[in-house]
Amino acid sequence: MSLDLILRIGTKLILPFILLFALYVQFHGDYGPGGGFQAGVIAAGMVILVSITFGLAAAKQVAPQAMVERMIPVGLLIYAGTGAAGFLFGRNYLDYSSFAHDPAHGHELGILLVEFGVLITVSGTMVSLFYAFVERGR
Amino acid sequence: MEPIINMALLTMLAVVTVAIIGQRSLFGVVILASIYSFLIASVLVVLDAVDVAMTEASVGAGISTVLLLAALHLVKTIEVLPTQPRLPPLLVSALAGVTVIWGTLVLPPFGTADAPIHRHVVPRYIERSIEETNVPNLVSSILADYRGYDTLGETTVIFTAGIGVLLLLRGTRRRGHNDRAD
Repeated sequence: MSLDLILRIGTKLILPFILLFALYVQFHGDYGPGGGFQAGVIAAGMVILVSITFGLAAAKQVAPQAMVERMIPVGLLIYAGTGAAGFLFGRNYLDYSSFAHDPAHGHELGILLVEFGVLITVSGTMVSLFYAFVERGR
Repeated sequence: MEPIINMALLTMLAVVTVAIIGQRSLFGVVILASIYSFLIASVLVVLDAVDVAMTEASVGAGISTVLLLAALHLVKTIEVLPTQPRLPPLLVSALAGVTVIWGTLVLPPFGTADAPIHRHVVPRYIERSIEETNVPNLVSSILADYRGYDTLGETTVIFTAGIGVLLLLRGTRRRGHNDRAD
């Protein structure tokens, strides 16, 4: 492990940019290509890169196993909850029109929220699956 | 220029496919499948489907490669040669391929503006999506708003699949643990 100096320094240098790119893909998804699904996979890729270079224990410090496993249902609940929030305003399920004064802004906010839910579920699932496979192989 | 790029990419796809068929080492198959995903992602970029290309590059070439390699860690990595005769499967594959090619003959020509798929709800999305959702990326507004139920369903599929695989991988380990305790 200590011999892979270039690999470890290179990984350390590239990690913040991967996470930044994931956030860019997430929040710029309204304007350019991307969205919660792609961003979730890229963020999960960052944790997997940490695990490959520094070992499973280091990856679990970055993304604790209990956290990533809880993220799987939490993201889905954020999505479904955003849909149910429409009921509070007397609208249909997944109708975001009343989230803001202007219906168009309400839809913009609703899209942001459900994309966030997708991000949480996808990244949580990918990292959990990776942890499960690696632990199984021990 | 575009036809040349398309031809180069599709030729490489064919080469990779033949290489996958001939490859007996599953490690090699996984790496070749990853290359295949990257080539398909490039094809999708040429087709202006950047959202799908991004998904294919990150999921197909990235995560699935890692997960398949992790799975290879648990099983044997050399493909076992089939013991049954190979002619029937070959005939079924050839028949299925011919059927698919036959089906494409009745599709409207590629890129036609008045193809049925472009005349149903698409004009309304293109004309009204910015004033209705304030989101310039049409793909995002369709996925998360107009077709919100579908994306909710897809997220549920990811949730279910993730939980299912976790239970499968974990479940046997816990049972083994209990057996030792008994």
